[in-house]
Amino acid sequence: MASVLGPFLEILIGGLLSGVLYSLVALGFVLIYKASGVFNFAQGAMVLLAGLALVRPLDWMVDKGFPYWGAVVLALLFAGAVMAITAWIIERYILGPLLNQDGLTLFMSTIGAAFIIEGAGQMIFGSDVYPLKLYPTDAWFAFENIFPGGILINKLDVWGGLIAGILVAGLAAFFQYTKTGRALRAVADDHAAAQSVGIPINWIWFVVWLVAGLVALVAATVWGTKLGVQFSIVFLALKALPVLIIGGFTSVPGAIIGGLIVGAGEKLAEAYLGPVIGGGIEYWFAYVVALAVLMVRPQGLFGEKIIERI
Amino acid sequence: MNAPLSQGSAMAEADTRAAKIGDVLLKVENVSLSFGGVKAIRDVSFDIRKGEVRAIIGPNGAGKTSMLNVINGFYHPQQGVITFKGERRSEMRPYVAASQGIARTFQNVALFKGMSTLDNIMTGRTLKMKRGLLSQALRIGPALNEELEHRLAVEKIIDFLEINHIRKTPVGKLPYGLQKRVELGRALATEPELLLLDEPMAGMNLEEKQDMSRFILTVNDAFGTTIALIEHDMGVVMDLSDRVVVLDYGQKIADGTPDVVQKDQKVIDAYLGVAH
Amino acid sequence: MLYRETGQFKSTYQADMAIFPIKQDRIALYALLAFAFVGVPLLAHFDVGMFGRDYLYKAILIPFLILALATIGLNILTGYCGQISLGAGAFMAIGAYAAYNFSIRVPGMPALAAILLGGGMAALVGILFGIPSLRIKGLYLAVATLAAQFFFDWLFIRVGWFTNYTPSGSVNAPELNFFGYVVSSPIERYLLALSFVTIFALIAKNLVRGNLGRQWMAIRDMDIAAEIMGIRPFYAKLTAFAVSSFFIGVAGALWAYVHLGSWEPLAFNIDRSTQILFMIIIGGLGSILGSFLGAAFILILPIVLDQAPQAVGLKLSVETIAHLVFIITGALICFLLIKEPHGFAKLWSLAKEKLRLWPFPY
Repeated sequence: MASVLGPFLEILIGGLLSGVLYSLVALGFVLIYKASGVFNFAQGAMVLLAGLALVRPLDWMVDKGFPYWGAVVLALLFAGAVMAITAWIIERYILGPLLNQDGLTLFMSTIGAAFIIEGAGQMIFGSDVYPLKLYPTDAWFAFENIFPGGILINKLDVWGGLIAGILVAGLAAFFQYTKTGRALRAVADDHAAAQSVGIPINWIWFVVWLVAGLVALVAATVWGTKLGVQFSIVFLALKALPVLIIGGFTSVPGAIIGGLIVGAGEKLAEAYLGPVIGGGIEYWFAYVVALAVLMVRPQGLFGEKIIERI
Repeated sequence: MNAPLSQGSAMAEADTRAAKIGDVLLKVENVSLSFGGVKAIRDVSFDIRKGEVRAIIGPNGAGKTSMLNVINGFYHPQQGVITFKGERRSEMRPYVAASQGIARTFQNVALFKGMSTLDNIMTGRTLKMKRGLLSQALRIGPALNEELEHRLAVEKIIDFLEINHIRKTPVGKLPYGLQKRVELGRALATEPELLLLDEPMAGMNLEEKQDMSRFILTVNDAFGTTIALIEHDMGVVMDLSDRVVVLDYGQKIADGTPDVVQKDQKVIDAYLGVAH
Repeated sequence: MLYRETGQFKSTYQADMAIFPIKQDRIALYALLAFAFVGVPLLAHFDVGMFGRDYLYKAILIPFLILALATIGLNILTGYCGQISLGAGAFMAIGAYAAYNFSIRVPGMPALAAILLGGGMAALVGILFGIPSLRIKGLYLAVATLAAQFFFDWLFIRVGWFTNYTPSGSVNAPELNFFGYVVSSPIERYLLALSFVTIFALIAKNLVRGNLGRQWMAIRDMDIAAEIMGIRPFYAKLTAFAVSSFFIGVAGALWAYVHLGSWEPLAFNIDRSTQILFMIIIGGLGSILGSFLGAAFILILPIVLDQAPQAVGLKLSVETIAHLVFIITGALICFLLIKEPHGFAKLWSLAKEKLRLWPFPY
C-alpha cells in the first residue's frame, strides 16, 4: 500500500506546490479583470519581461563584483521599476484610450501589448536562456519513517508555494483594508459610478497593472530559478488562462483553488495517464479540463452566475 | 405583408374596430417569475385578443418588460402557463416563439449595430428563407431568386416606414428615433401575428411619436397584426389601445378599456405612489 | 474625376446587390484578376524583372495567397460571427494532416480531393469545438479554442499514426497531380493557390452577403436579439465554425502541399494562430478585402524590415529584426484598435469615399 501511496503523494505534493505558481499568475489576471474588465493576454509576456529585467542586471552586477545579495536587491528594484514603467505605458497609451470598449477589443489589444512587450523586452535584455539562482533547488526527503525512501519534495517548490501564499494574503489585506484597495473594488463594480464619486480611474488602473506586474516579477523569480529565464515562460504563464476558467474570472479564491487543481491534475495525469497515451500531456491537460468545466459550469466553479437582460 | 399598404385606414371607425377584434390569441395564466429572491412577476393572468392593441402599463420596475420576455420565451416563468394560438407551453426558446409568429422590439434599441438598415430588416426574413448553405455559397438560381424575393418584401416595409434614404446606412450611425423605426421594420419583416412593442416611443419628440403612432395603427388595421405594447406616455396609450392591463410590483392591479383603467383608484394610487 | 458613380443608375435589386455596385470597381477587379492569372505568368515566362525570380513566388505570393485564405476563414468566425478563436493554427494542422493521411492511406486519392477532404475534416472538428460556444461566450471561448490549439499540437507530435510513424516527425506532401497534370514549378504552384483563393473568396463573399451571413452578423452584434428575431444560435454559430474551419483547413492543406512541401507540426503552432488573428485585426474584422490586406501586411512587414535597413546601409541582426516585427505588429494592433477598429479595409473605403467626391468635397 505504502509503495503506491508514496509516489502518489510525492506527485500530488509536487503538483500542488507548482500549482500555487499558476494561482499566483492567475491572481494577476483576476486583479486586472476585476478592476478593468480586461482579460490580460499579456500576463505571460509580463512574466518574461520581469524575469529578463531581473536576471540581466543581476548577471551584470555580479560580473562587476557586486556582493551577491546586494545585487539581488538592486536587480529586484530595477525590475520593479521596469514593471512600473510598463504598467504606466499600458495604462496611458493602450487601455486609457480604449476605455468603455467591449471585452473582445480590450482582449485583442492585450495580445498586441504582449507582442510589444515580448519584442521590446528581448530586444533590450536579450533573448537567450539566462539561468537564475535565487532559491535552493535541491530536494528534501520527508516522511522517511512512513514511506520507504521518503517523499521527495523540491525545496524550490516549497519556496514558491510559501512566497505565493504570502503574496495572496498580502493582496487580500491590500484589497480589504487600504483606501486604494477599496477604490479598486469600487472601480471593479462600476467604472462610471466610481468615476462620478471622484475615484481617479487612471490611477487605479495604473496601480492594478503595477500590482499585476509585481506579481509577474515574483512568478518570474521562481520559474526563472526552475527553468532559466527564457521565452517559453510566456506559454507557462498562459496556463493561468485555464486556471481562471476553472476558478471563474472574478474570484480570488477561485484562482487559487483553480491553480492547485491544475497543478496537481496535470502532474498526476502525466504520471498515470502519460505512459498510456503518450507523454507531454501537461502541455494541454489544463486546457482540456477547463473546457470540460466550461461545458458543465459556463461561469467557472466560483464565478458569479450571469443573468442576461434585454 | 402582401396586403396593399394603405394609410387612410388608420382612421377607422370605433365600431368597425370592435368588430375586427376576434378570439383570444394569447392567454397568460397565473404566471410568476423570480430571479433568486426577487419576484419580478407574481401570479399574473390576462389575455390578448386577435386584432386588438393591448397596452401593458405600470410604474418603473412593475415587471412589464419581464412579462414580454416571458411571452416570447426569453425568460422561463417558475409558474404558470402561456397559451398561444391554442397551444399551451411553459418553456420554449425565443426562436421557437419567433417561428410561431411572435416578434418584438426592445426598450433599449437592440439593433445589429454593424449592419445596414436594409440588412437589419432582412434578418427578420431569416425564418422564411429556406435555401441551404451550398446554394447560398454559389448564389445562383434559387438562392439568388430567394434573396431578391425577400429584398422586395423588405423594400415594401422600408417604403412604408419612410426610411428609404437610410437604406444602406449602418444603423449605429442613425439617430435614436430612426433606430426605433428600423427596429419596428425588422419586427414587421417577420410578418408576425403578435407584435410586442417595448416602449416604442421612449425618448421621442412629439412629431416622431405621431409618426410612430400612425405606423402602429396602420400595421394593426391594414395587416390585422395583434399588438401588445408597453408605453409610459398615457396620451398615446389611451389613444392607441383597445384594452389596458396595469402592473405594479409584479402584480396585476387593473385590466380593462382605457376609460375604465384611467378611473381605477388602484391605478391612480400606483402612479401617485400611495404607501403600500 | 474618373472614379464616379454618377449616371450609374440601378434598375433592379439584383444590380444593387452586386459585389461591386460601382462600375470602376468592377473593372479594376477584372484587371487585377487578369493580371494575376495571365499577366504574371507571361512576365515570368519572359523573365521580366523580379517576376522571373522564384523568390517572389515562393517567399511572397504563394504564402500570401494561402494565408489570405486562412484569414478569410478566421474572419468568417471572428469578424462576421463574433466568436473569437485562438486556434486557427490547429485547424490548419488538421487540414494538412487529414489531407496527408487521405493521400497516403487511400490508394489513388487525387490531390484535389485530399485537400478538400482535409478541409472537410477540419470543418468536422470545428463543429465539435464550436459546440461549447453555444453555452460560453467571448473570452471563455477564446480559452476553449486555445485548448484545441495545444491539444492538436500535442496530438500531431506525439501520436505517430498521423505522421505515418516517420521517425523525424516531418512528412512530405505527395505529388500535386491535378487531373493528370503535375503541378511543380513555383509559377504553377502560384497559379494553383491563386485559383483556390479566387474561388473561395467568391464563395465567402456570397455567404457573408446572403442570409447566412446576416445571421452570423446578427449573432455577433447582439445574440439575444438575434434569437428573438428567429435566428437559431445553434445553427448560425455551428455553420460559422464549420465554414470557417473548412476554409482554414483547406488553407492548411495548401500550406503543407503547395507552399512547404514537407512540414512538421511546428508549422501550425500558436504563433500561426496569432499571426492569422493579427491579419484579421489589421486587415479589418468583417471584411473579405481586409483579409487580403491584413495577410499582405503581416507577411511583407518582416521582408521589408529585412531589406530596408540594408538598403540604407544599416546592418541589423536576424534577432533584432524578429523583435522589431513583434514590436511593430503589436503597436499597429493597438493603434488600429484605438483609432480604426475596422482596419485597413475601412481606411481603404474611406479613401475611396474621398476619391468619389474629389476634387469637389462639398
